[in-house]
Amino acid sequence: MNRIEHVSRRGFLGTAFGAGALVLGVQMNEAEGATPNWMPSVYLGIEPNGTAVIVAHRSEMGTGIRTVLPMVVADELEADWKRVRIEQAIGDVKYGSQNTDGSCSIRDFYDAMREAGATARLMLEQSAAKKWNVPVGECKGQNHFVVHAKSGKKAGYGELVKVASTLPVPKKGEWKLKPESEFRYIGKEMPTMEQADHTRGAGKFGIDAKMPGMLYASIERPPVLGAKLKSFDDAAAKAVKGVVRTATIDAFKPPHNFQALGGVAVLADSTWAAAQGRKKLKVEWDLGPNGSFDSAKDKAEIMAKAMQPGKVVRNIGDVDKAFAGAAKMHEASYYVPLLSHAPMEPPAAVAEWKDGKVVTYAATQNPQAVQEAVAGAMGIKKEDVTCHVTLLGGGFGRKSKPDYVCEAAMLSKTVGKPVKVVFSREDDIKFDFYHANAGMYMKAAMDEKGRPTAWLQRSVFPTIGSTFDASAEYGQEFEMGMGWVDLPYAIANHRAENGPHKNHVRIGWMRAVAHIYHAFAIHSFVDELAAAAGRDRVEYILDLLGPDRKVPIEPVGMKYWNNQQGQDTYPVDTARLKRVVELVAEKSGWANKKPQKGRALGIAAHRSFLSYVAAVVEVVVDDRGRVTIPRVDIAIDAGRIINPERARSQMEGAAVFGTSLAMMGEITAADGKIVQSNFNNYPVARMPEAPLMTHVHLVPSNGLPAGIGEPGVPPIAPAITSAIFAATGKRIRELPIRKTKLV
Amino acid sequence: MIQLKVNGSARKFDGDPEMPLLWYLRDVLDYTGTKFGCGAGLCGACTVHVNGEAIRSCVTTMKDAAGKAVTTIEGLGAKQEHPLQAAWKQCNVSQCGYCQSGQIMQAAALLKVKPKPTDADIDNAMQGNICRCGTYQRIRQAIKIAAEVKA
Repeated sequence: MNRIEHVSRRGFLGTAFGAGALVLGVQMNEAEGATPNWMPSVYLGIEPNGTAVIVAHRSEMGTGIRTVLPMVVADELEADWKRVRIEQAIGDVKYGSQNTDGSCSIRDFYDAMREAGATARLMLEQSAAKKWNVPVGECKGQNHFVVHAKSGKKAGYGELVKVASTLPVPKKGEWKLKPESEFRYIGKEMPTMEQADHTRGAGKFGIDAKMPGMLYASIERPPVLGAKLKSFDDAAAKAVKGVVRTATIDAFKPPHNFQALGGVAVLADSTWAAAQGRKKLKVEWDLGPNGSFDSAKDKAEIMAKAMQPGKVVRNIGDVDKAFAGAAKMHEASYYVPLLSHAPMEPPAAVAEWKDGKVVTYAATQNPQAVQEAVAGAMGIKKEDVTCHVTLLGGGFGRKSKPDYVCEAAMLSKTVGKPVKVVFSREDDIKFDFYHANAGMYMKAAMDEKGRPTAWLQRSVFPTIGSTFDASAEYGQEFEMGMGWVDLPYAIANHRAENGPHKNHVRIGWMRAVAHIYHAFAIHSFVDELAAAAGRDRVEYILDLLGPDRKVPIEPVGMKYWNNQQGQDTYPVDTARLKRVVELVAEKSGWANKKPQKGRALGIAAHRSFLSYVAAVVEVVVDDRGRVTIPRVDIAIDAGRIINPERARSQMEGAAVFGTSLAMMGEITAADGKIVQSNFNNYPVARMPEAPLMTHVHLVPSNGLPAGIGEPGVPPIAPAITSAIFAATGKRIRELPIRKTKLV
Repeated sequence: MIQLKVNGSARKFDGDPEMPLLWYLRDVLDYTGTKFGCGAGLCGACTVHVNGEAIRSCVTTMKDAAGKAVTTIEGLGAKQEHPLQAAWKQCNVSQCGYCQSGQIMQAAALLKVKPKPTDADIDNAMQGNICRCGTYQRIRQAIKIAAEVKA
């Protein structure tokens, strides 16, 4: 059987780590008396044969993090990359946060990975010094050997493991980090570990995981959020060949959090039989208060609220006074619909309940959240949930929410066998934690050059906070911190507001989160102001950003989220934003590509996840109004970049993801139920619709590392609509663009 | 009893003849390289070759596969690595990797009929294969490298 092999089962750590222990120093192999594997850190071990085993504690969903963090360890260790094996960690608090979202893996673990590598290197050097009876300062780790230049002696890392494992782990300050000039992997273009596997279909994803004797489940979930099961008839379902039984899952108790939605499951001996049985279920629901939810009405409500004063979240100068005396004004409203993540691999997990404990193999961005959610569902301790992390066939935030793992665990307990849950695509689209729909109202007063003297912005959207507190209606600190309270422009009078709105579906974070709608409104509005002033858009953006400075962000009634980093370490720096604008303008040939009828460039620049990104998109609008994108240029300053190759691939992907949501993405509900179901009515960009070529321009930097996975997304939609306006004169204020006729 | 060949081996199947080939490959034979993406022939993740042609195994029944030769990603380069597989590695195409089996199988079928595809040929052949990570430009580049046409 083709089974996924994992750290705690078959691999190095399974024999080397005790459960839940913070392990430093030596651990014995299963075979008594054998040379021990050596674990100087939770992230790193060396086997007696010299193989360096590096633990990937973050989830691999396509960003390359499973390769890129180990590159940092290997560099400080002075490991030979060919002698590195990567093992995926199970969920365990000893690794620190494993929640792979928020574009923070490098930012939060760069130092820890260097420390792990440097500590082990020093211990290997100490071992060699002991062995050769020379001062440790004369021994140097180099490409998997410790060498003593004076005597010409050389020892492989494997040979030194036995001695190294007897040494005390050096304290901070005893080990030294390598100088940048000696970096072996950091900053280098390196292929990810899984490239070859993926050309042979050998990568193991959640959907590929199997457990002996498992049943396949297909679940009929409540069609409306909060709907209750009234009755069901499973006679016909049970008559389907291969169906073993049915089982109910209790409805969640509010707030829904990451709980299973509830419903009726059909369990069978194959995916197909389970799906066939489910079609034969007759289920009646009490739809409850969300049964009247309707997207058209919801949108109208949001747009009306956006016209009403909201809660003030940032206030500079006196906007009302400036508006009262202004000669020139401009205002506009924008709308972005609900969106679904739609990763190519739908949510998938297999779980087994046995003796009061759960073991699961799951495509999850957050194995510790799996432990907590499953433990909560089963009434056990989270330490009694073992979560093996598979590869993820895309995540985009969906797989941070482990409702599907809870379902598998709950069903396993009911049926007494391991159970595999795989969402159909229809399940995935209809039972997502949706990216919020949002309305934004913008208003500015301008001076004679068309530069704003006062700027008001107001947003209204259902908050992600409703996932954790059913009564939450205002944007949370982190949502306000995403491109809303941190407007970096030099404008004397500025007020940002947020209005309340109730959720009627599950709302969750999706790649770039609140930046998506905030960036769309802000940069569309900048584009409108530039057009109203008859000014070049690049020049206008640079003027708005004003002098090079670090903009202190002081919101009202909350802290500036800033990805939970201080403004002293990660300030809002207009010089960096201006630099990416200038770079992308230069590389895209902005100055020489004046807009023509049906073909033009558009631009937007946005700071998110502590990175600075500017995008120029070229669109062609043909005489039937069809939009194609021959070229995108993206410039990013993300501080230090560990693997430029993967940074580029993330920007290329962000251009496509941004194109999908700008051009075609829209989820709607009628009578409380999600209307869309599959890629026919929830389209995403295919090859001919995606940008033909995205050119990525990385700003060289040794600054503090910032985000890569998400920051490419926010500027894409407003850059596309900016280009469409330049090419056609049509101003698009509502996404998706496909709803607007361009000719 | 349905008889068919999968990656060169003769197989017999006596289950539901309406079951899609995809689930036979994945659940029964453990050829998990072929992926589920939509169940409706909309995304291409499940693309395999049947008698040399690229088809969507999620909407191809066992009944329709009877008597035919099926090649999955596991069988594509079994004897010798396919030039597309080499080109995919050269371009570091994969991000999450999930859709790439289907992409490669689709591209392999394209190169059989159009060994020197144009951009329009590539668009045409590949538009049924969704990549949510957005690796399309590298897929295009890799196809051109494998076909030895100018990028």
